[in-house]
Amino acid sequence: MSPVDGFGISNPNLPVDPAVSEGRVPGRNPQEIPELHEVDCPAELRERIEELMSRYPDRHSASIPALWSVQERYGWCTPDGIRQAAAVMRVTPAYLESVASFYDMLELEPVGRHTIYVCTNLSCQLRGAGEILGAMAEATDAPVGGSSPDGEFHLRSFECLGACDLAPMASVAGHYRGPLTPEDAFTIATQLRDGGSPADVLPEKRLREAQDDHQGGGRLEGGTA
Amino acid sequence: VSARILLQHAEVPGLNRIDTYERLGGYRGLRRALTEMTPDQVVKELEASGLRGRGGAGFSMGKKASFLPHGDIDKYLCCNADESEPGTFKDRELMHRNPHQLLEGVLIGAYAAGASHAFIYIRGEYDEQADILDAALTEAYSRGYAGDRILGSEFTCSLVVHRGAGAYICGEETALLDSLEGKRGNPRLKPPFPANQGLYQGPTLINNVETLCNVSHIIVNGAEWYKQFGTERSPGTKVVSVSGDVQRPGNYEIELGIPAREIVYGLAGGPAGGRRVKAWFPGGSSAPVLTAEHLDLPYDFEHMAEAGSMLGSGAIIVIDDSVPIVPIALRLAEFYRHESCGKCVPCREGTNWTVKMLERIDRGEATPMDLDVMADVQDNIIGNCLCLLGDSMAMPVGSMIKHFRREFEAHIEQQAARLRADGRVAGGTGFPVSVSDQAGLAVPATGDAA
Repeated sequence: MSPVDGFGISNPNLPVDPAVSEGRVPGRNPQEIPELHEVDCPAELRERIEELMSRYPDRHSASIPALWSVQERYGWCTPDGIRQAAAVMRVTPAYLESVASFYDMLELEPVGRHTIYVCTNLSCQLRGAGEILGAMAEATDAPVGGSSPDGEFHLRSFECLGACDLAPMASVAGHYRGPLTPEDAFTIATQLRDGGSPADVLPEKRLREAQDDHQGGGRLEGGTA
Repeated sequence: VSARILLQHAEVPGLNRIDTYERLGGYRGLRRALTEMTPDQVVKELEASGLRGRGGAGFSMGKKASFLPHGDIDKYLCCNADESEPGTFKDRELMHRNPHQLLEGVLIGAYAAGASHAFIYIRGEYDEQADILDAALTEAYSRGYAGDRILGSEFTCSLVVHRGAGAYICGEETALLDSLEGKRGNPRLKPPFPANQGLYQGPTLINNVETLCNVSHIIVNGAEWYKQFGTERSPGTKVVSVSGDVQRPGNYEIELGIPAREIVYGLAGGPAGGRRVKAWFPGGSSAPVLTAEHLDLPYDFEHMAEAGSMLGSGAIIVIDDSVPIVPIALRLAEFYRHESCGKCVPCREGTNWTVKMLERIDRGEATPMDLDVMADVQDNIIGNCLCLLGDSMAMPVGSMIKHFRREFEAHIEQQAARLRADGRVAGGTGFPVSVSDQAGLAVPATGDAA
């Protein structure tokens, strides 16, 4: 197809960009809204996204939650997953991809099974985040910003995660743990590799708040005066 | 020193469940507002209490609510729970410990604003807290505190917990609105302000988590009661997040106006090992740094502003005297470069150039003149963008150069001398021999300082 400029108008003077003319799925146009029968969207995913859309006065608001659902199902925002969500939401895949590419937590490339964010912002940096990041890379065999060869881990150095009271800390698949020592990195990696759940690693280093309260053993963090 | 309103019941087991919260007097504020007060009276009460926004700007909440037009228009309330300011973790603890306190504040706020839809925009990283809020929300709906005809009144309001996906900029109120509308989180031109034209083009009230957590207490106890805490112009308590080089990092609820030293040393224990405070951020990483001599100032909006900084989100990051300042400035600039949304050129380019110049300083390839160039770059960012992200880098970096210029100069000299000793620079011109040298000297992106 002919090159398209920002206004959707054919312009023969523009170079052909395969990302625009063919999209991330070769032969499919990301600027057209796919029909549901073309995308083979799993029923649960479709129902989930429809439920999300019903929460908002405007269905477009469901784009981030829908992308979360895609990522949850496929491990990352796959081109096919994005097309499926786009078909359900009646938006173009290009639109959803533009949203996904803006946000740090939505992955547009395949990543390892467990995502670990090591906070490397100021408060954690002051408390040795560099060392933790290095230890985590060694323990998981994943380069910073990449995934381990065995596909188990995805490691990222992340901006402030909002848990400077636990510095240095990391988010292990969404579960905050800290303050960490380099040895903890190896404990986390070993337990996850052995099939442990991210929610169960290093229980003594989780946020000591409401979860403890559930068991009736409420204990205040040192900080709360 | 410490007064407790928001964290009053924080240690009570099971506070996140509605039975416990109700037993401790929860949802009395909502009941009182809906049965005894008109929305205007709620707004007046909030205005009289002097409650100032706790997200950073410190604007009167009641006044902000009064800006919303009256009449039969679709109006919205957004709770900003995108707490991403480095050093800030108060909202996380408030939501984690006491989710119903927030929900009650949101619902009273929605009633005051006449909003039929309320959203809590929580950052994607706060997965655990979003789950806690979702569970609390289900409980609130089941008891009739949210949804149709709340507590038998005419007031109907839906409430949704909306998870972001990792973008600092979405804490900026108009970027938050774009993100909530399902777009990339780019800030909007103001005016129109969200109070007139916000979410879905409708009038929108946006408040921080901590601000809204105060609301039920004010409605139950009255504005006069609230004003007995804090100072005349900064009434109430503030949850302060203290982190960095202190012995007891954590959240502390204080009355505004106590000396900063009380917080840094008295509550958080000060730096370990007899070290001294070298610099501290009084309000998150966007606040210009202050030094040890400012520790005796009263910690409130006015005095922090007079000292050339700001109370901001109330996050104190302490840096002790063993830490060099250049890597701190570099790490900070890298953060803002990463988070700049790219919409405004001064911010997108300015943060990038600042990082490059700081890297040059760190490598020893800079001259003292570069410090002036850098100050010039900061001047060209401040006030020239749609939002304050660029300013938020320019101000603290500028303040570091101002307070620690000698250290920057010494760092430049020391690193340059090291380069010369390694034979990497010809004749001490301060410039690398070749481009490939420059590439070989690249500093690691993170963790090179602690």
